[in-house]
Amino acid sequence: MTAVLFDVPGPRARRRNRILAVVGGALVVAFVGYVLYRLAATGQFESQKWSFILYENIQLLLLGALLATLEAFALAAVLSLLLGALLAAARLSDHAWLRAPATVVVEFFRAIPVLVMIFTIYFGLPSVGITISTLWAVVVGLTLYNGSVLAEVFRAGVVSLPRGQSEAAYALGMRKTQVMTNVLLPQALTAMLPTIISQLVVVLKDSALGFLIGYPELLFTTRTLGSQGQFDFPIIPVAIVVAAIYISMCLTLSWLANYLERRSRTRRRGTPPPTAPERVEPELVGA
Amino acid sequence: MSVLLDNLDLFIRGFLGTIQLFVIAGIGSLVVGGVLAAMRVSPVPFLRGAGMTYVNIVRNTPLTLVLFFFAFAWNRLDIVTLPFFALAASGLIVYTAAFVCEVLRSGVNTVPVGQAEASRALGLNFGLTLSQVVMPQALRAVVPPLVSVEIALLKNTTIAAGFSVVEAGSIIPSLSERGYNVLVGGLWVALGFVILVVPLTLLQRYLERRWRVAR
Repeated sequence: MTAVLFDVPGPRARRRNRILAVVGGALVVAFVGYVLYRLAATGQFESQKWSFILYENIQLLLLGALLATLEAFALAAVLSLLLGALLAAARLSDHAWLRAPATVVVEFFRAIPVLVMIFTIYFGLPSVGITISTLWAVVVGLTLYNGSVLAEVFRAGVVSLPRGQSEAAYALGMRKTQVMTNVLLPQALTAMLPTIISQLVVVLKDSALGFLIGYPELLFTTRTLGSQGQFDFPIIPVAIVVAAIYISMCLTLSWLANYLERRSRTRRRGTPPPTAPERVEPELVGA
Repeated sequence: MSVLLDNLDLFIRGFLGTIQLFVIAGIGSLVVGGVLAAMRVSPVPFLRGAGMTYVNIVRNTPLTLVLFFFAFAWNRLDIVTLPFFALAASGLIVYTAAFVCEVLRSGVNTVPVGQAEASRALGLNFGLTLSQVVMPQALRAVVPPLVSVEIALLKNTTIAAGFSVVEAGSIIPSLSERGYNVLVGGLWVALGFVILVVPLTLLQRYLERRWRVAR
């Protein structure tokens, strides 16, 4: 295999690669092994610390926490898709008085951290006489941020379509709304679906921020269970379980996004375009 | 205005903490991300696999969970006891490095193989190929998204507020304790972030525009 950096290795390079493999491999194994050894040495794998799993009440507690996480995720996902569609429509509008404020809103909410939004909503709204539950503080904060990000995704999807598409639609006598809903949006959404789903992974990950304002989701429950003396403070075992839950949920969504992207790439007819650089958008970093 | 002026000490300490955390974690994430990227493009399958596993796991873990682990679990492992600030910085480095690694790797992969083949055909060795041909081109594809990742890191430092680190995110709960109008205070914090983030965003867009024509 020729890569940019390496030619097909000859005998000397193969020998060097083998040495590199042994040394690098030993370092990686030693690092992982040391972490596992520390975990074992501090008694994290002892049966008493894991006995919490056997209790039905605790299983139900964890299940309830998972449902709370999923509830925040589902609400925030649906609402941010809606808000994103609205903001994108405003940003694509022909009227400057709609476009300008939408641009300001989108840029503002993308520039400030989600947690600042959630904190401001949760601690700030009571001072003007509105009490808000922890769930809705999380949902509103996530919606404002991810809605703005999705608005940009939608807009980019529409703008990147060839101009001939809308010109042809106008030539057929379609109205502005018809051009958008019947011609541009279906194509843009198909092209943008992988990005949209990757953004939903960010929503799912960010729902963990609810922990910081006391929304009883997975991390909050981890903290509660971890302080139970009767199970010998099993915070690391519970955190391992919760991490496995989060990672498997996010991996499933990420896998779906990759699958859709691969499919849309192979379905497109004609010669594939030169491989565009994969972009890592700042929004996809999430929290 | 009075919310800002009365609590100026809080705001200054908060944003100084944010900037400190950002600079330390930023440098750390570039170093660790660079090592990971080197693993992911290395000719050794085992190292490639290890790098890929790390990136896939960390990218699909909430940062809050990573910081949670460092804040509540690290000191129980009895390796070295670290203060909260160092723990938060480590968590941010562990998380951000995965994204830095992906940016670096995809940047190297944007350089067409023909470029390297041509330079090897001219007799340039590995070091010269890398420094004279591949890196100058890869850098153009790498720097703009790298700035984006570091912007995200700057915003993510706020999460350390939840784990007893004094920085901009912790201004809001402190204002709440002092009994000030948090809605106004939150807007001031948001404004502070706009001031910090907008120059970086402008830099990123400028670099992107300037370097796009290069290929």
